[in-house]
Amino acid sequence: MSEHEQRTPVMLSTVSSDDPRLQPAARRPELVEKVIAVTFFVGILFVAGFGACYWVNAAPWTLGATFGGGLTFLGVGLIAWGKYLMPRGPFVEERHTLANSPEDRDAFAAAIIERGGGVVKRRKVLGGLLGAGMGIFGIVAAFPLVRSLGPLPKGTLFHTDWTKGTYLVDITGRRVHQDDLAIGSIMTVYPEGLQNTDNGQAVDQTVLIRISNENFVTQKGRETWGPDGYLAYSKLCTHLGCPVGLYEQQMQLLVCPCHQSMFDVTNGCIPNFGPAPRPLPQLPLQIDSAGYLQSQSDFNQPVGPGFWERS
Amino acid sequence: MSQTVNTKRTQRESEGPYGKVGKSLNELDDRLGLAKGGRTFMDKIFPDHWSFMLGEIALYSFVVLLVTGVFLTLYYIPSQDLVTYHGSYLPLDGQRVTEAFASTVNLSFAVRAGLLMRQMHHWSCDIFVGAIVLHMGRVFFTGAFRKPRELNWTIGTTLLILAIVNGFLGYSLPDDLVSGTGIRIAYSIVLSIPLVGSYAAFFLFGGNFPGTDIIPRFFILHVLIIPLVILGLVGAHMGLLVRQKHTQFPGKGKTENNVVGSPMFPVFMAKTTGFMFVVSGAIALLGAFAQINPIWQFGPYTASRISYAVQPDWYMGFLDGALRIFPSWSFHSFGYNIPLEVTIPAVIFPGILFNAVMVWPAIERHFTKDNDMHNLLDRPSNRPKRTAAGVSVAVLLSMLFIASSTDVIANFLHLSLNTVLWAMRILCIVTPFIAYPLTYKICREMQAFAGAGKRKTTNVVTRTTEGEYVATAAPVYVDDAHHELDAMPVPTFVQEPDVVIEEAGVRRVLR
Repeated sequence: MSEHEQRTPVMLSTVSSDDPRLQPAARRPELVEKVIAVTFFVGILFVAGFGACYWVNAAPWTLGATFGGGLTFLGVGLIAWGKYLMPRGPFVEERHTLANSPEDRDAFAAAIIERGGGVVKRRKVLGGLLGAGMGIFGIVAAFPLVRSLGPLPKGTLFHTDWTKGTYLVDITGRRVHQDDLAIGSIMTVYPEGLQNTDNGQAVDQTVLIRISNENFVTQKGRETWGPDGYLAYSKLCTHLGCPVGLYEQQMQLLVCPCHQSMFDVTNGCIPNFGPAPRPLPQLPLQIDSAGYLQSQSDFNQPVGPGFWERS
Repeated sequence: MSQTVNTKRTQRESEGPYGKVGKSLNELDDRLGLAKGGRTFMDKIFPDHWSFMLGEIALYSFVVLLVTGVFLTLYYIPSQDLVTYHGSYLPLDGQRVTEAFASTVNLSFAVRAGLLMRQMHHWSCDIFVGAIVLHMGRVFFTGAFRKPRELNWTIGTTLLILAIVNGFLGYSLPDDLVSGTGIRIAYSIVLSIPLVGSYAAFFLFGGNFPGTDIIPRFFILHVLIIPLVILGLVGAHMGLLVRQKHTQFPGKGKTENNVVGSPMFPVFMAKTTGFMFVVSGAIALLGAFAQINPIWQFGPYTASRISYAVQPDWYMGFLDGALRIFPSWSFHSFGYNIPLEVTIPAVIFPGILFNAVMVWPAIERHFTKDNDMHNLLDRPSNRPKRTAAGVSVAVLLSMLFIASSTDVIANFLHLSLNTVLWAMRILCIVTPFIAYPLTYKICREMQAFAGAGKRKTTNVVTRTTEGEYVATAAPVYVDDAHHELDAMPVPTFVQEPDVVIEEAGVRRVLR
């Protein structure tokens, strides 16, 4: 058999047992066998090492190193075995058309359309009733499957827990006094009593910034909202609801670390950079007779990202 | 004595020529009728081309995901109930954290090999999605999705989507500060869907964000429902592959009606099992030496806290990038709001992208009017328009991926965030339109050099009786010991070529 013939693919079912294509691909199989044996041996050492490391509760990286090393050496040896010591081929297999004969196709189609279709066509009323039943069943079944998953939104997304006279507290529940913040300082505040609740944390969270030591007006119509230079804005970004947690003190910008929206604190937190479409809602503040900060009402706008019902 | 020998011989004869194994196989065949199909399966031919390994990487990293995932479920507690952490990681001692977070930290530090398993799980997920994408690229650029394999392309695309979704769900389960922010963003994206957004978000989360249901719900989706669907679709994917047989690159002896390569047993079985070990081994080494997602450094999720310069897992990068660079175009009218700044980049864009990928075989057939069966693969350069379209989309997605790090890039290059943002906006729009004609041109240039990168062959020039010169290439042998680009030895005999002389004169033979 010439070299050229040996490279012609042959079918496995017809190949004779002395065919050179069944011989190993390696020129020196004995040498390759030794190399693979060494590889397997190293692999076994690694796997045994894994057992030992696990036994003595060694550092996690030693577990991974021995486990991964063992698998890799065993795998490389096995690949080499398949590549160099197994029949070199090439072999071929025939590919038969998947499509059946026209007669078989017609018989199949007839079984469905004539036999099945005939039954349905003759019993249109039954078919219609069954269809209606299934449809109604689907709709009715959707209620427990979907409706039970959660409450209806109703007005939830429009309101927070801030109302007239709610005290501002920090995360530990301590009320904020008008002398607490130095000019240029910032803190996160919550409605009193709700600082450790899900809703208080996720919906009511508010950034309190002291911007000066006298009443500060951020926009027309908000003349009384910033007593003593205290400004309070919703901490929920109007883009995707991340907490607007960075304060650029010199530029007086609130920055959202998620997608870099920036809000101008001195100008009603109008966004001046990034994807946020709306200003951060402002919380009107007042100071009680003892000097503690309170909200005058809820935020001037629904907090957080946009949604359909939010006009 | 002779009696014993005789008994043994009789026994051997009754077993047939293949001994005990043969006898067991016969017993099986009596009951299941396996012999014929089994033989065909053992003889199934697998093409020997490296690019066919990409799908195997995906499969084996999925196996690692299943094994390590089962380990993790034994220690992870899917609950948002608050507990006070008193574990072996002292910096968190005394903090109020959810059970989900506490159990994840505990399984990392208190369970032997727990940290290794968790890191292997995370790494194999990143590799799983990556291997699917590369495998998909191979199938796309070589035209392997054409008739009769359109259905398998659709299944594969579905698998990619499910892998991405399940990756995100699993990433969210530890309830750490970074993943919690990701859930918050996911909530806002669902909320942004016109008409039904607020209802969808409330039903998915069991109320307003964050609620107490989302971790248990993500858990059951992540460990049961989606893996089950993935497993079923992987079965269908491979069942179709066996039924329709492999595609193959054109070459010696390879036609539309056969498959050339190595048989299932024992060659492919040895190679692929070894490869499974290597893939798992590589993942274990990554789990050992490359730290991933150290949640104890991020801390537990608190809705009013945030970290800086955090990026999601790589496969969510393109979405994050799209959200970053899309302008703040919110639509307010008629008393309703469509938050286009979220809906377009995070709902409509991925919707169009994945649907287009899903129906690509039909789109291509619409243009080529090609309804033939294809078992031989294309060289990408021979399909310049398809290749250019694929490269163009890949470039767009890469740009969006880069855009998910605008803040990091700005810091690193000491540029203003504004400059980087506008640069990424322009690059995302412009580069796909540059990539298309450029790829098209390169493909056409490569077509002119049909043998580029292939072995040089000996050309034998003969002169015909009419005085015409004809160059004939010596045959190229597959898989011989010669290196690429080595010249072949001059053969002793060259068959006269079937030259069709179109007109009198000199005929050029292009090699």
